[in-house]
Amino acid sequence: MFDRREFLHRSVLGAVSAGAIGGFAVPVAAQSMDSLRIFVPANPGGGWDQTARTIEHVLKAANMVKTVQVTNVGGAGGTVGLPQFINQWKGQGNALMVGGMVMVGAIITAKSPLRLSQTTPIARLTGEFEVIVVPANSPHKDMKSLVAALKADPGKVSWAGGSAGGTDHILVGMVARAAGVEPTKTSYVAFAGGGPAQAAILGGQVTAGVSGWGEFSEQVKAGKMRALALSSDKRQPGIDVPTLKEQGVDVELFNWRGVFAPPGVTPDQRNAMIAYVEKMAASPQWQEELKKRDWTGILQTGDAFAAYIESETKRIEAILKDLGLG
Amino acid sequence: MDTLAQLAQGFAVALTPINLVWALVGVTLGTAIGVLPGLGPALTIALLLPITFKVDATSAFILFAGIYYGAMYGGSTTSILINTPGESATIITALEGHKMARRGRGGAALATAAIGSFVAGTVGTVGITFLAPVVVDFALKFGPAEYFSLMILAFVTVSAVLGSSAVRGLTSLAFGVYLGMIGVDLQTGQARFTFGVPELLDGINVIVVAVGLFAVGETLYLCARHRYGKDEIVPLQGSVWMSREDWRRSWRPWLRGTAIGFPIGALPAGGAEVPTFLSYYMEKKLSKRPEEFGHGAIEGVAGPEAANNASAAGVLVPMLTLGLPTSATAAIMLSAFQSYGINPGPLLMQSQPQLVWGLIASLYIGNVMLLVLNLPLVGLWVRMLSIPTPLLYGGILVFATIGTYGISNSPVDLILLYIIGGIGFVMRKFDFPTAPVIIGMILGPLAEQEFRRAMTISQGDLTVFLTKPLSATLLAIALALWAGPHIYRLIKKG
Repeated sequence: MFDRREFLHRSVLGAVSAGAIGGFAVPVAAQSMDSLRIFVPANPGGGWDQTARTIEHVLKAANMVKTVQVTNVGGAGGTVGLPQFINQWKGQGNALMVGGMVMVGAIITAKSPLRLSQTTPIARLTGEFEVIVVPANSPHKDMKSLVAALKADPGKVSWAGGSAGGTDHILVGMVARAAGVEPTKTSYVAFAGGGPAQAAILGGQVTAGVSGWGEFSEQVKAGKMRALALSSDKRQPGIDVPTLKEQGVDVELFNWRGVFAPPGVTPDQRNAMIAYVEKMAASPQWQEELKKRDWTGILQTGDAFAAYIESETKRIEAILKDLGLG
Repeated sequence: MDTLAQLAQGFAVALTPINLVWALVGVTLGTAIGVLPGLGPALTIALLLPITFKVDATSAFILFAGIYYGAMYGGSTTSILINTPGESATIITALEGHKMARRGRGGAALATAAIGSFVAGTVGTVGITFLAPVVVDFALKFGPAEYFSLMILAFVTVSAVLGSSAVRGLTSLAFGVYLGMIGVDLQTGQARFTFGVPELLDGINVIVVAVGLFAVGETLYLCARHRYGKDEIVPLQGSVWMSREDWRRSWRPWLRGTAIGFPIGALPAGGAEVPTFLSYYMEKKLSKRPEEFGHGAIEGVAGPEAANNASAAGVLVPMLTLGLPTSATAAIMLSAFQSYGINPGPLLMQSQPQLVWGLIASLYIGNVMLLVLNLPLVGLWVRMLSIPTPLLYGGILVFATIGTYGISNSPVDLILLYIIGGIGFVMRKFDFPTAPVIIGMILGPLAEQEFRRAMTISQGDLTVFLTKPLSATLLAIALALWAGPHIYRLIKKG
């Protein structure tokens, strides 16, 4: 047993020190890199971590990198990790942080003094649209009927979703506002993790549920939940669910994920990194992973992405204020 | 019969040499990480996720399931030997288990934990095989109101660990509830009691508190009184193995623990710790020698250990039948499904029968492997207690520190560990029981969140707890357990 314990300690320590030493090679060209460091402000296993591990896998498969070092600093929607990335990873040209829309909201609700715009935005990579579902035996057959119920008595319509101020809660706030209902009057029930939220919907404990499409798609296909609407801009191929907009609710929301370089990198390093990530996103290996994992590729890079973050921050700030969380 | 045929097919998959090797690697690794306080099965499987790019799905899940079950076995070892729980579900095991170890009964404690885990794991797996659809229907009847009432019932178990003074015990409980409140509130997104420390936003890990109070606090206490007399650890008394008496006192708690653990584990928000509390309480109440509890009663190890392994099996029920990840480990296993392009849901058993039944069969095999692996280790582990006291306790501090650092590689956790260790020392010195802190810390936030969910859904109508039959039943049981003994005493007196 002592051997095993020692083995474990060694591998843990090994990983830590490898992270500390991990190369500082400046990317000369966009074509390939000796080593890349990826900072994940979430614990292993979640969406951001999966994004990082998939980037690692694709880069290696496409021979674009020799070694990749992933560091996880999880907690509170990324707000525990963000200060570390901004302060301790400053100026490193071969480093990326994975993050996304959840972080924008978490920064605002946790009243963190830092902003995502303090990093160097590189690229938006993937997005997942949200779905609104009801239990299979619910009287609501479409969004119109649910919105009518919401207008009649907002408190009576209970919504199950993820933590307060997260993507699911934001969508509920947007739907309420679009329907002319005061967002603070909605009955939003926050669950930690998808399992308990799904169980509450399947058991008919709540009126409706909100989550990423991937989380509920199998329940919908099995007929255990009824999908009323998607938050996407247009109909999705292969998914027979109308959008919110089609049903008169003018709301569109993507839970996007992207990558960011640390603050203080040179313009050359930034441009090289953008080209590098663009090349990865165009690779057949990346396209294959997107398909396998049901991620929608919504690539947007550089200045356009930075502008997008600015506008998203404003939009989310406004809706969180409406929900009484801002 | 259909089930048996599918199970047989599952065994055909799981018994191939390569999958047997994966199962063995899994249970061995699982036992090892279970022993370490910081590294849990969820984190380990997450770190191993990249192998899904290289290994086929069935083998990967056999490996993951082995790690998951193995961690449940390993977690009890350090609880018993050095009062340092490896997993939150084995904290209760430390209460009686460590007392047994100090009285020279460490071997029996480890053995009843291992055999109890085997019994519960196997019965639990039989439950997955044959009862999954029934159990899941029952589990979905639980809404926030029912969960709140279940937590109230679980709070009654505190009475089993209050110690000599109810005021001191309840003070400890309140301290635990306070610790549980720290962090971002799920229902409003607002930070509570974090004092601007970002590392506190996600709350304090219960393992840090348990290790701080039990291992660090205890060590400091022993150091402080070392000069006053010789320490009383007895390395070994009598046989290493369980005596006939031990067997007689263990088998019922194993079965009762399993009966509590499996259904509560299958509840999507039941939590792995709640059944261990309930089992401990039940064993103390049913024991013919309740006075032995707190001084090393074997029932207090056998019951909770069985409960935690049965609940681990229970967690797999909603995962395999509905695709619901109801624990951190299950969530990571589901994300592993996705890297194979399998989207787990209610149709998983039909669409991936080979994988699901191979996995279930490997659970049977893994349990046998764990028993074979763990029983011979008992003799080796017990010898650790022969290490001279100063070295042993020095080693415990090092071990507790490294393990805690491993939880999230955060120095803040280490500072917390030693602050809580200091508090544990003071509590011990002034005779405050430490177990209620843990119970408060785990149950407090669960009860609070469920209460607020229930209130949001009912729009503030408090009667939901009484108008829902399941919830009302649970509350009635809680009331009977709490008030029953008092009423009985009054009647007897008058």
